[in-house]
Amino acid sequence: MGKRNLTFWFIMTVTLLAVYIDLPEKFKIEGSLGKFYFEKEFRQPGIDFKIGNFRIKKDFKIVQGLDLQGGTHLVFEAELKNLSEQDRDQALEAARGNIERRVNFFGISEPVIQTAKVGDSSRIIVELPGVKDINQAIDLIGQTAQLEFWEENPDPKATESGQIFLKTDLTGKDLKRSQVSFDNQTGQPVVSLEFSEDGAKKFAAITTKNVGRLVAIYLDGMPVSAPKVEEPILEGKAVIKGNFDLNQAKKLSIQLNAGALPVPIKIIEQKNIGATLGQESVQKSIQAGIIGLVLVILFMAFYYGKLGILADLALIIYGLITLALYKLIPVTLTLPGLAGFLLTVGMAVDSNILIFERMKEEIRSGKPLSVAMELGFGRAWDSIRDANICTLITAFILFNPLNWSFLNVSGMVRGFALTLILGTILSLFTGIIVSRTLIRIFYK
Amino acid sequence: MKLMRFKWLYFLLSALVLVPGIYSLVRFGLKLSVDFTGGSILELKFKQSAISNQQLTIKQLIEEKKFEVVSVQSSDEGQILIKFKPITKEDVSTIKTALADKFEEMPQEVRFETVGPILGKELIRKTIVAIILAAGFIMAYVAWQFKDFMFGACAILAMFHDTFVMLGVFSLLGHFMGVEVDTLFVTAMLTILSFSVHDTVVVYDRIRESQKRFPKANFVDLVDKAVTETLPRSINNSMTIIFMLVALWLLGGSSIKWFSFALLIGTISGTYSSTFTAAPLLVVWNGFQKRKST
Repeated sequence: MGKRNLTFWFIMTVTLLAVYIDLPEKFKIEGSLGKFYFEKEFRQPGIDFKIGNFRIKKDFKIVQGLDLQGGTHLVFEAELKNLSEQDRDQALEAARGNIERRVNFFGISEPVIQTAKVGDSSRIIVELPGVKDINQAIDLIGQTAQLEFWEENPDPKATESGQIFLKTDLTGKDLKRSQVSFDNQTGQPVVSLEFSEDGAKKFAAITTKNVGRLVAIYLDGMPVSAPKVEEPILEGKAVIKGNFDLNQAKKLSIQLNAGALPVPIKIIEQKNIGATLGQESVQKSIQAGIIGLVLVILFMAFYYGKLGILADLALIIYGLITLALYKLIPVTLTLPGLAGFLLTVGMAVDSNILIFERMKEEIRSGKPLSVAMELGFGRAWDSIRDANICTLITAFILFNPLNWSFLNVSGMVRGFALTLILGTILSLFTGIIVSRTLIRIFYK
Repeated sequence: MKLMRFKWLYFLLSALVLVPGIYSLVRFGLKLSVDFTGGSILELKFKQSAISNQQLTIKQLIEEKKFEVVSVQSSDEGQILIKFKPITKEDVSTIKTALADKFEEMPQEVRFETVGPILGKELIRKTIVAIILAAGFIMAYVAWQFKDFMFGACAILAMFHDTFVMLGVFSLLGHFMGVEVDTLFVTAMLTILSFSVHDTVVVYDRIRESQKRFPKANFVDLVDKAVTETLPRSINNSMTIIFMLVALWLLGGSSIKWFSFALLIGTISGTYSSTFTAAPLLVVWNGFQKRKST
């Protein structure tokens, strides 16, 4: 009994939390009670508090896609003059791919990135939903991010000739991964590098040769840092200590992970664009979604009676939590995304239907209701488990969490996979734990 | 119910949809949208700033001139950004003239560009690799959980059945009605892939359970029993999804119409295939195995 109540209160807390997050940014309550007329405007307060040195600030805003809200339209010009005619298309396409990866690592989902041609000039158009941090986005996209390692020139006349450093064959291409970390002594953000097998060998050779001398790290032809080699580094790891702030370190790390742009690009245009879909089209679809939702709820209630109503309640909790998660992560909401979400509502009742059909069978074979209910949940579990694991297998491969290069590392397929994973896990929670608790408490 | 007695009828029904679909897919392929092919961008500037709010009128006006407009967006005061299927320089002047007639002002051409696809070949290729990989893993998982390779293989066959039903239907729709496949179609396809396996596993689970309870029973009888027992659940579950999709298809905005329809086809095919393709396949497979061993 105690455990059951605990679960119930846990569900209530999660639901209330979700409702809090789901509240629109601004809303008004108006009404009159007798002769009192009241009107109050509420504001979604978000979260803003400090723990020690960390300030946690988050406003809960749903990120709307280019189709619903519009966003920023950026045009970059690529300099392809130095390339031969036949290499140009390929270089432009490669640059497009890298920009797409950068934008996605940065966390803006549902961007549109395409190449464009006007006469002789080659361009890349980037459209980002919303208009937050646009300058940062331009910086992130626009930098070539060519990483090079240079060693000291052993020639004693180096200072005279001006060639203090010589380029090595180790470059950003030999990188396996980079990430932001913090310097142990100063607490400053640094970018740590992990080389590929090949890169590790090259780096080992360079550091062995240059003990006691400087090895300079160049980014886009400019030295960022030139640490002294204390001892040979054989395990293929290095750290770039520039005077970075956290954002700069993050940006650099994303750029290195996404790969260097094969050609330099510069921004030539930046403007805000409106939504691609008319207000009317959006409203119609939302109306259709609501009608569909009501149909599902009515169907469950008519077909399964009181059990169905409890399942509907679980379903509404599912919807509230999903929306809250979309705001928290945040998931960029587009009209088709919304349709997909509604579809998962239809799918989320599946576990309940499975369980209820099992219960009915048990009741038909003469078991008392309480026994039938527990048996129903128990027997249905095997199929619910296997079915959902299969969905998760697909979702994880599409999401590609290990960034395997033969699978998608960016773009819409990944966004889809994320929502599929969320939907599946959540529907397991509401379809089994929530509805079971509700039935145990309210169905007698 | 002895549903498995009519298994060849079910296969025939599938074939009636699959054969024309696959024929059309091979012969005509799919009609690819601007997401795959790339198109043109035209940006125009009007002196009257209110014009940029009349996106719908502008869209209709250009469509009357037989150009395929993807979207019309406001881009600045009095400025509009129009995305097209590929058009030429001459088409631009036709469009400008048409707009000038309507708004009594010749728009100024800010830019005209040819743009590449949003969905590159690489994305499609990698997605196909992912699907094949996922199919392999699902096959292994189902085979392991059901302790028989047959279950894994048949679940995947049913999944590809649904995939080709969708591709085939959209190839036919593309050929005869000009319906295009776009980014959304790819999403719909991925959704149905996971739905299909999900539904099949539920049916198979019943067979597994009955196998444990009645180890000596005839396999065909077990499949019959399982299919009969899971049919109400399959139909009820699909009903909830179908309600939603029919509402979105018939009442929703034009931008999600074909997306909803693709999902609808997939859901119906997925529901049908778990009972009338995946289960009979097991019976046929089991029959072959028996004949081999005797």
